[in-house]
Amino acid sequence: MELWFTEKHTPDVNFSIRVDQQLCSMQSDFQRIDVFDSQEFGRFLTLDGYMMLTEKDEFIYHEMITHVPMAVHPDPKNILVIGGGDGGVVRELARYQSVQSIDLVEIDSMVVEVCKKYLPFTACSLDDPRVKISYADGIKFIRQREAEYDIIIVDSTDPFGPGEGLFTKEFYGSCYKALRDDGIMVNQHESPFYPEDATAMQRAHKRIAKSFPISRVYQAHIPTYPSGHWLFGFASKKYHPIKNMNPQKWEHLGITTAYYNTKLHSGSFCLPTYVEDMLKDVE
Amino acid sequence: MDRFSQNKAPIFEALEEFRKMRVVPFDVPGHKRGRGNPELAGFLGEKCVGIDVNSMKPLDNLCHPISVIREAEALAAQAFGASIAFFMVNGTTSAVQSMILYACKRGDKIIMPRNVHRSTINALVLCGAIPIYVNPEVNRQLGISLGMSVSQVEKAINEHPDAKAVFVNNPTYYGVCSDLRSIVNLAHSRGMLVLADEAHGTHFSFGAGLPQAAMQAGADMSSIGMHKSGGSLTQSSLIVAADTINEGYLRQIINLTQTTSASYLLMSGLDISRRNLALRGRLVLQGVLELAEYARNEINKIGDYYAFSTELINGDSFFDFDRTKLSIYTLDIGMAGIEVYDILRDEYDIQIEFGDLGNILAYLSVGDRYRDIERLVSALAEIRRRFKRPSCGMLSQEYIDPVVVKSPQEAFYAEKCSLPLSQTPGRICTEFVMCYPPGIPILAPGEMVTKEIVEYIEYAKDKGSSMNGPEDLHIERLNVLKGE
Repeated sequence: MELWFTEKHTPDVNFSIRVDQQLCSMQSDFQRIDVFDSQEFGRFLTLDGYMMLTEKDEFIYHEMITHVPMAVHPDPKNILVIGGGDGGVVRELARYQSVQSIDLVEIDSMVVEVCKKYLPFTACSLDDPRVKISYADGIKFIRQREAEYDIIIVDSTDPFGPGEGLFTKEFYGSCYKALRDDGIMVNQHESPFYPEDATAMQRAHKRIAKSFPISRVYQAHIPTYPSGHWLFGFASKKYHPIKNMNPQKWEHLGITTAYYNTKLHSGSFCLPTYVEDMLKDVE
Repeated sequence: MDRFSQNKAPIFEALEEFRKMRVVPFDVPGHKRGRGNPELAGFLGEKCVGIDVNSMKPLDNLCHPISVIREAEALAAQAFGASIAFFMVNGTTSAVQSMILYACKRGDKIIMPRNVHRSTINALVLCGAIPIYVNPEVNRQLGISLGMSVSQVEKAINEHPDAKAVFVNNPTYYGVCSDLRSIVNLAHSRGMLVLADEAHGTHFSFGAGLPQAAMQAGADMSSIGMHKSGGSLTQSSLIVAADTINEGYLRQIINLTQTTSASYLLMSGLDISRRNLALRGRLVLQGVLELAEYARNEINKIGDYYAFSTELINGDSFFDFDRTKLSIYTLDIGMAGIEVYDILRDEYDIQIEFGDLGNILAYLSVGDRYRDIERLVSALAEIRRRFKRPSCGMLSQEYIDPVVVKSPQEAFYAEKCSLPLSQTPGRICTEFVMCYPPGIPILAPGEMVTKEIVEYIEYAKDKGSSMNGPEDLHIERLNVLKGE
């Protein structure tokens, strides 16, 4: 018997992983939540049939979305994570002693429950005393906050479905307002490769570039996401992502990573020409 | 209501049956189930073009319905608590016009509020009836026109006891209702018909906690904008009527201007929407009301915006309020509604129903979701954060009493000449000038132009109000009656 999970990366491209067993399948008020075990990628989580994370490659995404802004901001104390109910971003943040509070805003409490039960490798720090979880729509939560955060990490799903509000201009503007005067927002920025993803990527970049004085994009290689080539947005009120990064200071913290390092930090902002062109088109 | 029979959707069912028969078409439409127009079939989908068919025996004929359309209309009548219903395929405009053509002939008087939809006055051009306008009261803070007060209607009835009908908006575009029941009693006691424009009140018959529907208030006829809050396709509407109305004559009136090739897309949409409202409307509308209340609370929490509701009820000209309407007063952030409307669309990809000088209106209906409400609320909060400025110099809407000199029909068809706006005071206008806000005609054919009106037009133009109606799109010239 062979059992395969398949996600359509485009209507004409399938991505499949052979499944050992399905551990959980639930329907929440917002989406369908599934957890599988596989030989190649270990345990993995999907929402509405879209790959969210696998045990084998989640470190890439979570390290890159977290350590890049953390290495730039000189003194990040109060952090907001929007989305990210799997706990991966919180796990990385919790490794910083200087962080005083981590607010996690997840729309779907069932995602957190499932991840606590089946994905301890990402959910392991959700009980850290600095972490406060709110179950709310991120766009509503942020509307009521002003100058409260040093860093906001937008760990969203895709720009359709329950996460679509997190790709809008009103959301990015609200994030700007919720950040302190030297705050940084980092977001999951989709892929530049397949045309439909690329369009969403351009739209997001256009809106962020209009909301923040500094808006740059960096990349990482994530094997289980469509095309494997993934982008992150770095938007900031004051700090430049490379010029204001202090490599020695970050290295001194002694945080061990498997993907991120300070040389890669600067290198990840060097983008392929076609991606640069796409971004320029909307700036 | 017999809920069992409301399960049926005769036109929809006949079309499903028809699809299975695989009938060979040697009739119109010439696209032949889309085969002759592959681009269109690809765009709309084969299922859709496959039922774009002509009247035929199994599918009945809207001009003279005897089978499935007749049954569907009977079910619609039952659902709305009416005696008869007519499917309309040329918009609520055609429904309003048919009601007026039924009630009035040339020279007859009809009592109506000034804030009627322009289709109402257009109907007067068609039939030659004479409008007796009742001043709608104006809420001075919001700058919106309200319903008619009962005493004003009574005054008009006393002054014009020969009027044939009273025309009532139920509700206005902003969701404001008049005391329809009292107006009906008054009109009926003087032998006048009551015609209701329920273009924005389709849902009144189906939900709890909503204003009274025209049929329940005892009105004789109502135009139902099914495609607005009812969920059917654009351009599809209903007329529902009480047993005081002669069905055969109304059908003749409707057939004067109705197409003989009524679209089955529109008619099946009406049929399915009626079924949905009858079976599930109560629950769905409960959801819409909760959504609207949530949105109002969130918007009022932002500060400076005022999403108004039933607290403005005054027992007369603001007799009731349709709480599914999300009307928001914007002047306290220093921005005209029309400016907020434009920014929402241009910068936030949010399209709302309209913006006038002081307000915006977001239309909520059976298809809305909380996540979209969150976007609207956040966008409004952002607009306030980014653009708030002191409010001053904003136009407040004054109601200008029209001076009706000739019937709209007489003026519209008369010999006319075009004059620069400044030279028109004292002349009789032969065309419409509409201005938003608040959607009240400033001038209709047959009305005297005054200095006050010209000043208002200049001022509203200057403020960037949207104006339309005249031949001259820039409204620098007006058509007036020749040689006076």
